[in-house]
Amino acid sequence: MNYYAQYYLQQLKTVTAFMLQYRAALGIWMIGHVMEPLVYMIVWAAVASGGGSTGDYTPRGFAAYFIVMMLVNHATYSWIMYEHEYRVRHGSFSYSLLRPVHPIHSDLSDNLASKVVTLPIILAAAGVLAAVFHPDLHPPLWAAALFLPSVFLAFLLRFLMEWTLAMAAFWTTRVEAANQMYFMLLLFLSGQLAPLELFPAPVRALAAVLPFRWMLSFPVELLLGRLTPAEALTGLLIQGVWIAAVLGLMRGVYRAGVKLYTAVGA
Amino acid sequence: MTEPAIRIRGLRKTYITPEREAGVRAALRGLFRRKTKETRAVDGITFDLAPGEIVGFLGPNGAGKTTTLKMLSGLLHPTEGGAAVLGFTPWRREKAFLRQITLVMGQRNQLIWDIPASDTFELNRAIFHIDAAAYRRTMGELTELLDLKDLLRKPVRNLSLGERMKCEIAAALLHDPRVVFLDEPTIGLDVTMQRRIRAFLTEYNRRSGATILLTSHYMADVEALCRRVVVIHHGLLLFDGDLADLVARYAPHKTIVVRLADARVDLSAYGEVADRSDGSVTLRVPKAETARVTARLLTDLPVTDLLVEESSIEDVIARVFALEKP
Repeated sequence: MNYYAQYYLQQLKTVTAFMLQYRAALGIWMIGHVMEPLVYMIVWAAVASGGGSTGDYTPRGFAAYFIVMMLVNHATYSWIMYEHEYRVRHGSFSYSLLRPVHPIHSDLSDNLASKVVTLPIILAAAGVLAAVFHPDLHPPLWAAALFLPSVFLAFLLRFLMEWTLAMAAFWTTRVEAANQMYFMLLLFLSGQLAPLELFPAPVRALAAVLPFRWMLSFPVELLLGRLTPAEALTGLLIQGVWIAAVLGLMRGVYRAGVKLYTAVGA
Repeated sequence: MTEPAIRIRGLRKTYITPEREAGVRAALRGLFRRKTKETRAVDGITFDLAPGEIVGFLGPNGAGKTTTLKMLSGLLHPTEGGAAVLGFTPWRREKAFLRQITLVMGQRNQLIWDIPASDTFELNRAIFHIDAAAYRRTMGELTELLDLKDLLRKPVRNLSLGERMKCEIAAALLHDPRVVFLDEPTIGLDVTMQRRIRAFLTEYNRRSGATILLTSHYMADVEALCRRVVVIHHGLLLFDGDLADLVARYAPHKTIVVRLADARVDLSAYGEVADRSDGSVTLRVPKAETARVTARLLTDLPVTDLLVEESSIEDVIARVFALEKP
């Protein structure tokens, strides 16, 4: 078997063992992941049924949007920005540098493995929400086929972006403020809080040129059947361009960061 | 002549650290003009290690031992100078280099805290791409030498400090490294566990032929494991040679403890009186004089007991550091 395949598989086994040690914590974390979209869904459904301005979203349309958003968010979520600062501050990153493999593989495989372990739970939660809220979800076949590739690209983009931002910890170990700023932008401009269509035109224009829409909203819009085939293909292309750009940035930032880390005291 | 496993030439590391006085005024001043201080952690050291050698790397806290080990394992860039480990420049951290070395830091751990050590071992097997047969063989050896059998299935957090260190060492050696850097591997361990780790390292070195550079605060470690020692202080190399030569150079005296019926007798004519207690007198005499002084004491005085001792390694090292420079 290929080296990376073996490594990722072993990481899956290790993460499974690790996560099963903390079943209660896992449960609480999952509740958090379900509660947030649930609250948005209920609020927006109430606005829609009360006659508020919600574009062409019906309460069942919102149910579909936030259930799919929950799944996409789960698939693309990473915690590296918190973790990297901790390991730089405590010096445990040194062990990553002593391994004959780029540290991003450890984080990527850890992330993917955690997703595999938690996937059945989040799917079950989505099933329960669907049974209760009757989402209006009828994607054309081509959109459904493009959904998984778009989620995968969204995951890569978000992971690489957050991994790159996490490297800021090499320069300062007080990265909470920068993290908060990033998560605020993500909340508004990725469509997590509300569908981007409901925002004023300038915000929509901003969202289109920043990477956040391509990390979350785009796959959701795709599965909801809100994009034309041309828009969908353009979206996949934009995701690819962003991934290439962030990958280049990541390599530069990582190299400079490690240079600094190994200059001032690992 | 065989190539050295480790070659160090004029290795130097200078840290620039911010410095300011206490108080609000100093803090405000620091906002505009930051004062920094240069600290020379390692100041141009040079030495070699032959393949298969075990060398004790000694020095007080802050002497530059850990900084040197980190440079040699590729974790730190030196400010000046060069080093080659197995022919590689460590701080380039090439994969072929990282596959052949290991660093054990006694005060840090690489084991995953919440799951059994065997899970970390399996992960390291994948990371270092160790084939199944080699893994089984090495694991079997390490389990036997370190007596790990009952520890492998317990979550790491439930292991004692000594048990954890044994597992840390095993995790670090699974890929059968040719060069092993050990930074205080016995720190905080009880005497029995220290002895166990020492026995293991001796046996491991004999079986694997790995080159080992070891720092330790415990002189017993060094006495048991290393024929050769390198001593540094304030980043400077003070001594490099046989442990026996270190003792000869820095401990030119022996100690004679004499027990007498009347301990009030003045013995200053025989040597320097270092201590006087409980009916016994401790004399310090030049090594060359020891036999003659002992004979005179036995002839001249009603001695009830007499003991001749070498200076302890602790005393020798303390003297080396007290002298600061060679």
